[in-house]
Amino acid sequence: MALPIYASPLERVWHYTRLVICALIFLFLIAPILIIMPLSFNAEPYFTFTEKMLAFDPSGYSLRWYDLLLTQPSIPNDVPRDGAWWAQVWRESAWVRAAKNSVIIGFFATIVATVLGTIAALGLSRPEMPYRRLIMAILISPMIVPIIITATGLFFFYSSPCALIGWTGLSQYCGRLTSSYTGVVLAHATLGIPFVIITVTATLIGFDQSLNRAAASLGAPPTTTFFKVTMPLILPGVISGALFAFVTSFDEVVVVLFVAAHDQQTIPRQMWNGIREQISPAILSVATILVVISIGMLATLEILRRRSERLRGVTPH
Amino acid sequence: MADISASDVGLLKTSDGRPLKSALATAQQRSKRRAFLLVLPLLAFIIITFIIPIGQLLHQAVYNDGFSANMPRTTAWFVENPPGTVPDDIAFEALALDLKDAAAARTVGVVGTRVNYEMSGTRSLFTSTARGAARLEPPYREALLEADAKWADPNLWGTMRQVSDAYSANFFLAALDMTRDVNGKIVPMPEERQIYVSLFVKTFLLAGLITFTCFLLGFPIAHLLATLPMKWSNLLMILVLLPFWTSLLVRTTSWMVLLQQQGVVNNTMVALGIISDDGRIQMIYNQMGTIIAMTHILLPFMILPLYSVMRPIPPTYVRAARSLGATSWTAFRRVYLPQTLPGVGAGSLLVFILAVGYYITPALVGGASGQLISNLIAFHMQSSLNWSLASALAALLLGAVLVLYWIYDRLVGIDNLKLG
Repeated sequence: MALPIYASPLERVWHYTRLVICALIFLFLIAPILIIMPLSFNAEPYFTFTEKMLAFDPSGYSLRWYDLLLTQPSIPNDVPRDGAWWAQVWRESAWVRAAKNSVIIGFFATIVATVLGTIAALGLSRPEMPYRRLIMAILISPMIVPIIITATGLFFFYSSPCALIGWTGLSQYCGRLTSSYTGVVLAHATLGIPFVIITVTATLIGFDQSLNRAAASLGAPPTTTFFKVTMPLILPGVISGALFAFVTSFDEVVVVLFVAAHDQQTIPRQMWNGIREQISPAILSVATILVVISIGMLATLEILRRRSERLRGVTPH
Repeated sequence: MADISASDVGLLKTSDGRPLKSALATAQQRSKRRAFLLVLPLLAFIIITFIIPIGQLLHQAVYNDGFSANMPRTTAWFVENPPGTVPDDIAFEALALDLKDAAAARTVGVVGTRVNYEMSGTRSLFTSTARGAARLEPPYREALLEADAKWADPNLWGTMRQVSDAYSANFFLAALDMTRDVNGKIVPMPEERQIYVSLFVKTFLLAGLITFTCFLLGFPIAHLLATLPMKWSNLLMILVLLPFWTSLLVRTTSWMVLLQQQGVVNNTMVALGIISDDGRIQMIYNQMGTIIAMTHILLPFMILPLYSVMRPIPPTYVRAARSLGATSWTAFRRVYLPQTLPGVGAGSLLVFILAVGYYITPALVGGASGQLISNLIAFHMQSSLNWSLASALAALLLGAVLVLYWIYDRLVGIDNLKLG
């Protein structure tokens, strides 16, 4: 904002001080994320800039930590990198396996959260919805309840998921949900649902219900109305909700710690190990990759937001 | 809407002859039911995957059958005989036979652990007696007392009576630094074992401090973003949203890298001559590390609600105040600030709620002094394996968070929660 022409000298000084303060806070926000990027190319196993790096000497930089991601835990590093070697990396590398797990779990959790969340948001945004406030509060609560409490509860629940319906005699057909993909997917879907609800209901606030009525009066059955009229308009909100749900799953570690086994290790779980045991710059190379992914997500979201505004005729003021 | 009574215009009817009023009511009922049916699948899902697990956690906090399930005869003796009965030969026989079974089933450790929660130092009594349990012969009283004279201790029998009931509020008492004496009266824990209440207090103080630093750093940023032209504020908003979208572990790792003794911040300060090489500051693995990293992680949750309240405030109000003679400080304090209060409340409550239950960051950068209540819950779940105590602590934390959530819903409304 511009300084008014009637500002006193003191106000001028304050105005510029304020800008400096804001710049410092922005630095505080962004510097920690940017600084790990160059550090991940460090040729030495240090977490600080070496003299060579500061002098921009190419020998101070290397890709060794990225290479380590492929070869951990025990893939030979000094053999020719042919198809067989890459196949071995794909099968055995701990980080590649973690990435596969993260993507699989994130994908299914996102599907469950987005489908159930979108349908529920459609109901919640109808004015005639009964007990709206209470139900909304229940559906948002997985975001508010501390993750350690959720994880502890899930640990008990997953140990004997059918304990409550034991009287039906069905519990003999129930296994445990601990150490299973299903268990992690269900938990991550639960954690992602509040984000889908929030983004989709926010999109539906600006949605003109008379469009639905117009479609119905022209003879469209409800499903046609939904897929031809409602869905295209709320799609940006649904996609950003899905992105939120995916990121929530992709970033989640506590539930995985509590209910998953070695087979379901995800990237954050693997990072957790790396940080707690012996922290090596390999962690920074994973972190850099994750930052690049989140920049991509952010860009997607921004494009969606603009598209949504254009579709709904809201121009930025 | 005016009520149209039948006497005025005759009974209004729909084309199929039903009274309009009841037809309308039916239609409204139907649309209500339809809206509810849309929400139902998700509600059922959340109840199964979230509400029931939380319920099981609450149950675990008051239920522990470690003793009663593995010592059935002794438990039955406690039920048959009123409190204060001196253990007779039948009691000792029950105890000895139960110990034999428990030793054979390898569950005596569970039993000893359960008793040990209430009376420390008793676990080894159970395990050592059980090791020789196979050789116990009648008369059992003499045999047990020969194995260990502590079996005659009336306090031990009092404690065993307490834990023979699987339902017990003792874990909540323990979570509040209280215990029962031999007569079952509630008394405070010995001074040196009181840790939980002070940890709760510390958690709330730290969360308050983090909320305050988030406010201090978030307010100027939100104000700047709200007063800049849209083109610029959208650009700068990316700097707020990028940390928001970046993995929590990545951000925590960055702070470990930046703040450690041989890290970037210390190195820069040494290079600039602010501190000497041997005067490097310990900024991580302590409370300071927790505060810095959590402020960074929670700051976007303060900025976003503040921004959404500040953006629609018309700049003309402050200008009007200035034109009426207010200094810029007075105009800010008396005109601008009061209008931002809803945002301040929303942001602060959200940050506080999230900070109170934080686990990952304190666990990684908190060291010994920066641990919060969540970390202790995790400790009891994973290391000490006292699940009931962990559940009781979790239940207390959950209660606190739900109260805050309720206040948030009253003041701000959950519908107004905004993300980016």
